[in-house]
Amino acid sequence: MTDTPMNTEPESMTIIAFSGDLDKLWPTTILSSTAAANGMDVTVFFTFWGLFPLVKDDVRITGYDAMTKMLAGMNAPGMKKAKLSKLNMGGMGSWMMRKVAKKNNLMPPEELFGMAQDMGVNMWPCQMTMDLLGIENDQMVDGLGDPVGAATALKKMSNSNISLFI
Amino acid sequence: MENPTTTVDAKGQSCPMPVLMTAKAAKELQPGETMLIEATDNGARSDIPAWVDQTGNELVESSEEGDVMRFLVRKK
Repeated sequence: MTDTPMNTEPESMTIIAFSGDLDKLWPTTILSSTAAANGMDVTVFFTFWGLFPLVKDDVRITGYDAMTKMLAGMNAPGMKKAKLSKLNMGGMGSWMMRKVAKKNNLMPPEELFGMAQDMGVNMWPCQMTMDLLGIENDQMVDGLGDPVGAATALKKMSNSNISLFI
Repeated sequence: MENPTTTVDAKGQSCPMPVLMTAKAAKELQPGETMLIEATDNGARSDIPAWVDQTGNELVESSEEGDVMRFLVRKK
């Protein structure tokens, strides 16, 4: 027996969501929800900066000491507070990008994330990042999978037809 | 165009919504039943046929009238 995909199994996609930037949350949520709509088995592994968007929007600060708290202070957790990877201009850029998206009927990432969850996309937080940055289970949004490590993510990737690092 | 079992109104919706709404509606259909998808997003012109291909359903016919694209899809 091998773990390679068989014809009878659904195709599979794994995304490593490393970036917490607003403009990268769009491809992560659009591709994962659409792949699920295509009948694929989809998993997103949120690691490092990618973990901050999973924190509930009303949690203002995460971390267990001065340094990790300061980090969360400078990099506000929560998907609604995500910044653009360029031209953020102290938040004006992301505000404008959300305006433009709304005008063009493009859903914001937090709504697409919810749709992806509804469609059965597995959302896996990275356990190591949680420990490193002091992000607790109850500080993160509902409906996530159990926190996992690199080996679990790699196992999923090795069984996936498509693996992306965003 | 034959009478569809259900209609998906994705007019005014942007990528990826027409496909997500289509997939959702398909779940409610029995094999052999059809759905009519209406969309105005230019991406839907290729996205709906791509979804049909990927999921093994059948694109019975498609048409365009003004801004509105219509796809009749049969669930397999």
